[in-house]
Amino acid sequence: MSQNFRIALRFLTAKKRAMLMSLSCIILGVGLFIVTQAATTGFQEFFIKTILGTNGAILIQDKVQATMRSIASGGYNSGYEIRQKEGQKYIEGIDYPEILTGGVKAFRNVSGVSAVLRETVTIHSSFREQTGQAYGILLADHLRVSSLGSQIVAGSIEDFRVQQAGALVGRVIADKLQLDPGDTFEIVDKNDVHHYRVSAIYQTGVNDIDSVRVYLKMDDARALFKKPTGATYLQVSLIERDRAREDAAEMTNSLGYRADAWQDREKSWLGVFKAFRVATAITVSVFTLIAGLAMFNTLAMIVLEKTKEIAILRSMGYTREDISTIFLWQAAIVLAIGTLVGCALGGIITYAVSQYPMPITGIFTSHKFLVQWSKWHYIEAVIISVLTVMVASLMPSRRAARLEPGDIIRGTAQ
Amino acid sequence: MADQPKIAMRCEGLQRYLGQDEGRVHVLKGVTFEAHAGHVYAIVGPSGCGKSTLLYLLGLLDQPDAGKIWINGQLMSNSLDAVRTAARGEHIGFVFQFHFLMLEFTCIENVMMPMKKLGRLTPLQMVERATRLLDSVGLGDKVHRLGTHLSGGEQQRVAVARAMANQPTIILADEPTGNLDVKNASLVFDLLTSLAKDNGQAVVLVTHNPDIAHRCDFTRPMRDGVFV
Repeated sequence: MSQNFRIALRFLTAKKRAMLMSLSCIILGVGLFIVTQAATTGFQEFFIKTILGTNGAILIQDKVQATMRSIASGGYNSGYEIRQKEGQKYIEGIDYPEILTGGVKAFRNVSGVSAVLRETVTIHSSFREQTGQAYGILLADHLRVSSLGSQIVAGSIEDFRVQQAGALVGRVIADKLQLDPGDTFEIVDKNDVHHYRVSAIYQTGVNDIDSVRVYLKMDDARALFKKPTGATYLQVSLIERDRAREDAAEMTNSLGYRADAWQDREKSWLGVFKAFRVATAITVSVFTLIAGLAMFNTLAMIVLEKTKEIAILRSMGYTREDISTIFLWQAAIVLAIGTLVGCALGGIITYAVSQYPMPITGIFTSHKFLVQWSKWHYIEAVIISVLTVMVASLMPSRRAARLEPGDIIRGTAQ
Repeated sequence: MADQPKIAMRCEGLQRYLGQDEGRVHVLKGVTFEAHAGHVYAIVGPSGCGKSTLLYLLGLLDQPDAGKIWINGQLMSNSLDAVRTAARGEHIGFVFQFHFLMLEFTCIENVMMPMKKLGRLTPLQMVERATRLLDSVGLGDKVHRLGTHLSGGEQQRVAVARAMANQPTIILADEPTGNLDVKNASLVFDLLTSLAKDNGQAVVLVTHNPDIAHRCDFTRPMRDGVFV
């Protein structure tokens, strides 16, 4: 143990209460930062996983067709032209999904592709009716690109596979229309009425999905929409989800269809999560800021109280750097204890919150608070507190180092 | 002819102003002084004549406005702060009117503090030397006692032991007995001078006490910033 560290340890005891105040603020700051970050990223991760498990990492839709960049006006060589902004237009839907699927599967990062046929329809039950969206899927393909298999909350996906005119209904629609597995309902599309049976009820947890989607088998959907060929879009799952943007750009270029990565499709929601996470981080960092101010105040008081000791240390050959180090050590000791206890507290509260049954409904549906365990929450919390407290400690420690021993002793002795 | 003792410290033409602007006072007006190893010097004079200011300059705690200081033959005045700081740790021991002990530390820890900074001895050697020094000032049975649990006389004796810790060339003492009763004052003075003489160290002390001054080898009276 270095001599400066030993002196710092003893000096710490000089202002126990003030140091405890700084320590408490560091513990609270670090702990609450970890908890809030775990919760906000928990909800964000839940959203991302649900989106990826429901809509896939990439959606391929709309054929890209190049257009003229400008059109001459007033005759050839007239000097007038109308410029088109993008030079390309999009044609909705996919004409030959099987061929395109083959092209998409050639991408190394692709783990599955599912063709989906979608239309807006009206759903009738004996209880009431509501507007929804019918999705025609090939079950085997779709299970490969989604989490649908694990989102079933009532009934069975096997029933859907074998049942004629079976349907998978979202939890929210099922509740609104009072449908249970085995019940029948009608879907009306362009005045055609088709009858279906509820094979199972699924729940993604995202209200926007569970309140509108009804999955049908592809053949049933084609019959309903009178579309014997084609698809609305291809849903693509990836091995590495974070490469979705690069893969989507490459697919657009090479396949001639617009491919949208999940990060771009859900930009607004992801933006909300980011803003929320930053806002809570800033709010909670107020504790760390208070800890910094408390540390500044405490060290400044210790410097004032220990001027004689500083002078005598300087008279014994301790350098200005030694004096500065002694005071920085004091801050570092409190900081180390504070961050360690704060991390432990954050971990304990995060665990407790994640275990406590707390039904959440609204945008999301969950039975408990969603948290995400990440070492980065702890690292960020420690970095913020280290920066705040050490910056706050610099000024008093430099002031202590600048004190002239002769001035102090003269002032005391005379 | 007997050998002249080595010059531990020498200053020449020291001048020092204190205060600023209209409050600026010419405290030292060209002081020249020499301290030889093994001798005890008393600087006496009325309050405000510049005794303590001279002592802080000699102890490299302050910088002269003019003049030169040599410690152990090395020119120190106006040298870099780091050089002066190192010289203080190696060549100078201080005893002040107030003991200035680090009260959170025990007696032995206080005495070992300069040794740890200098770093010339092993931890075991430091403990042995500090124990021996405390024993020599009559505190052998209180080495592990906190400074707060000692009497005023005992605290000042620990300060004397601490000043001797690194076997400095010179010991500077500013009213070392000023806060003590007659008995303790005499005890502390005897300890300080006998230890210094045994180790061949020069002692320069500032005092108002005529008895103490009388017992020193040399007395240098000061008035208005000069020796008279």
